[in-house]
Amino acid sequence: MTHDTGPVLHAKGISKFFPGTIALDEVDLRLEPGEVHALLGENGAGKSTLIKCLTGAYQRDNGTIHLNEQEVSPQSTADSQRMGIGTVYQEVNLLPNLTVAENLYLGRQPMRWGLMARRRMNAMARESLAGYGLDIDPAEPLTAYSVAIQQVVAIARAVEMSGKVLILDEPTASLDRDEVQLLFSVIRQLRDRGLAVVFITHFLDQVFEISDRATILRNGRVVGTRVLADVSQKDVVTLMLGRQLEAQVHERKPAKAGETLIEVENLGKRGMLDPLSLALREGEVVGLAGLLGSGRTETANLIFGAVPADQGRILLRGKEIAVSTPREAVKHRFALCPEDRKTEGIVGDLSVRDNIILARQASQGWMRPIPRAEVNEIAERYVKALDIRLASLDMPIRLLSGGNQQKALLARWLATNPDFLILDEPTRGIDVGAHAEIIALIEQLRSDGMALLVASSELEELVAYSTRVIVLRDRKQVRELSGAEITPENIVHAIAEHDTPTEEVAR
Amino acid sequence: MIGPKHSTFKRILPQLLILAAALAINLVVFPDFFDIDFRNGRLFGNLIDVLNRAAPVAILCVGMTLVIATRGIDLSVGAVMAIAGATSAAVVVEGHGWVTALLAGLGAGALCGLWNGILVAVLKIQPIVATLVLMVAGRGVAQLITEGKILTFSNEGLIHLGAGVVAGVPTPILIWMALGALVIFVVRRTALGMLIEAIGINERSSRLAGINSRVLLVCVYLVSGLCAALAGVIVAADIKGADANNAGLWLELDAILAVVIGGNSLLGGRFSILASLIGALIIQSVNSVILLSGMPPEFNLVIKALLILAILVIQSPRISYLMYMLRASGPQPQPDTAPLPKTQKEEAQ
Repeated sequence: MTHDTGPVLHAKGISKFFPGTIALDEVDLRLEPGEVHALLGENGAGKSTLIKCLTGAYQRDNGTIHLNEQEVSPQSTADSQRMGIGTVYQEVNLLPNLTVAENLYLGRQPMRWGLMARRRMNAMARESLAGYGLDIDPAEPLTAYSVAIQQVVAIARAVEMSGKVLILDEPTASLDRDEVQLLFSVIRQLRDRGLAVVFITHFLDQVFEISDRATILRNGRVVGTRVLADVSQKDVVTLMLGRQLEAQVHERKPAKAGETLIEVENLGKRGMLDPLSLALREGEVVGLAGLLGSGRTETANLIFGAVPADQGRILLRGKEIAVSTPREAVKHRFALCPEDRKTEGIVGDLSVRDNIILARQASQGWMRPIPRAEVNEIAERYVKALDIRLASLDMPIRLLSGGNQQKALLARWLATNPDFLILDEPTRGIDVGAHAEIIALIEQLRSDGMALLVASSELEELVAYSTRVIVLRDRKQVRELSGAEITPENIVHAIAEHDTPTEEVAR
Repeated sequence: MIGPKHSTFKRILPQLLILAAALAINLVVFPDFFDIDFRNGRLFGNLIDVLNRAAPVAILCVGMTLVIATRGIDLSVGAVMAIAGATSAAVVVEGHGWVTALLAGLGAGALCGLWNGILVAVLKIQPIVATLVLMVAGRGVAQLITEGKILTFSNEGLIHLGAGVVAGVPTPILIWMALGALVIFVVRRTALGMLIEAIGINERSSRLAGINSRVLLVCVYLVSGLCAALAGVIVAADIKGADANNAGLWLELDAILAVVIGGNSLLGGRFSILASLIGALIIQSVNSVILLSGMPPEFNLVIKALLILAILVIQSPRISYLMYMLRASGPQPQPDTAPLPKTQKEEAQ
């Protein structure tokens, strides 16, 4: 009986070092049989690294893993699977062109006279999936079914192969509400069968709905393990973000009473962002707050036309405008510094000079090249103004550090003289010095009369420069804070708050 | 202004060296290789031949360089050559003038380019598949135009484009040089070159920076189609007839090879049309070696393949890295290792 009460998996003092950083610092994780255990933390907190250490995808540098009180040391994901740790990732890692049954039994197909016993395999698959409440034809190709069903197939495969610990890495990220419920019923069933389920997600509601306990990571350390019945969402968010939340009165210089520049009315896209409205005046910085996956980036992309919206409209100085491509947005003097610098921002092999001039040249059209002297003048001006550190304007931009790349991208957009600048995570992954400079720049652009929309996960940063803050949660606008209301505590409160009345959403 | 010019030279230096080597081999197998005569108002000589025979690939590789810079490829250029040649021949046989015939040929090429461009840029079909359609279908279209036979013609003006002489120089040489110069000028003196490179390196970033990547992509395939058409008309004019089956056969591969020998990455991005043109000359020089050496023709393709393999191996990243390491570490091992064997030897004695 002692065996039953002991943990299924107990990881002690797991550490993992990468050149220059400590990804995991003495992390403990204890999974009891028959529990759903959430693993929480912002991006970069170490969740994936921990999972990879547990499944053998990474070799840990320190610490021990006990599985049913036996020390194990998985050397690969196949190894950990054999020991009993199964993993299902957000991107279903199955083979879409094979049938459901083939996916379930790939590598361990029932054989008969050296040939695959297809009929037997299909029958086994049907029976196995029926155990999860799925009545589907296992002889159909996997792609015939929705992502949710594919997830369940992936779970079934992982459970059949492993059967002690099931790790679900963001399984609900691309599922709708009903599909999430289907998945949750499967998870509950597995929990009742005595499996330990690790659940990773950015949706806090789902965490509280399905999980028994949560371990919260921040900067590679465990900051707490909580029984979720005993704590509120706010407690968890506070642990995740780790701010000292002493109530500080927010001193904000009153924004210059500028004209209303942009009005966004009920802009949204199905499955991406619920209709959202906001208005921006000149000389105003509106912050977008919310946890990862709450819709910050989606908001920025919809307003800029990077992703065309399927409802709502945008008004510029009171007139409706069409913004269905970035090109149109640029024409209206919009600018967007995207979240993912590498894949959406820089053009890596082009020189810093070309990168800075790119948007301005694109909006002038190729027929009217900006004279070389002017290009140099613009590039040098911004290199100096933003203190971009480089060996030469001719060097490829990919060789610059993250902070300098970000500044060069800011220069690209400032060179177009925008009226409306959208910054998506402008300070992510850059060093402290550049961080402060970018915040000072935001303040300066605001006082020069530009309208800015800044999405950020850094609450203190948002508090420092925003004249208003819009709080998003589960891809919905839930609160708008202004003036003295803007404190990290209020933002956390709004993020964690339960279902808000609809009047407030519509505001 | 010294900077960019200097870097252009640095960029094409490897290609120039390879070309020099290829020409030197020509000289070895045929000592009179560099001799040039002026007879009957025309320059004669093996060097002139190389320049003249390089024309189709040189013209093709101008468009191909731009397409490859956008991370694409145009497999249809050989077939487009056949279509354009057939169109021009058909027009001239109908009794129209050579200018009309040339324009008709170019128009046909433009249509083909537009078709490719729409498949790639609008329908988002992978370039290699999209242009394969026309590569296969194009020869059929050309055969329909020529009605299955070789359409011969005797229009002096049209023949002049392929076999004529202007100021002592064969016309094709003047055409490909002029075309190369024009496109290089347009691409580098406008912002076109930079925008094309930006699309090829990171289309997503480029689109978010407000570049109209769709229109640019269509234009690039359009230019490639026009280049192919011009090459097709020249080839037809040279033999005074349109051969739908053989005109431009496999030349798309030579054009791609010229671009690759020109040091342009098939992954798109930074490009040099000048280097591609030198690449076309290198290919023709290799052809010339095989012809002049008097080897049995059975060996031709194998020898060409070996020479090109050698060129590509020399340019491969692994070899350049090794060369770099050799140069970087060349002087160092001497003080380190040289005394060592000596002391061992001394000890042994």
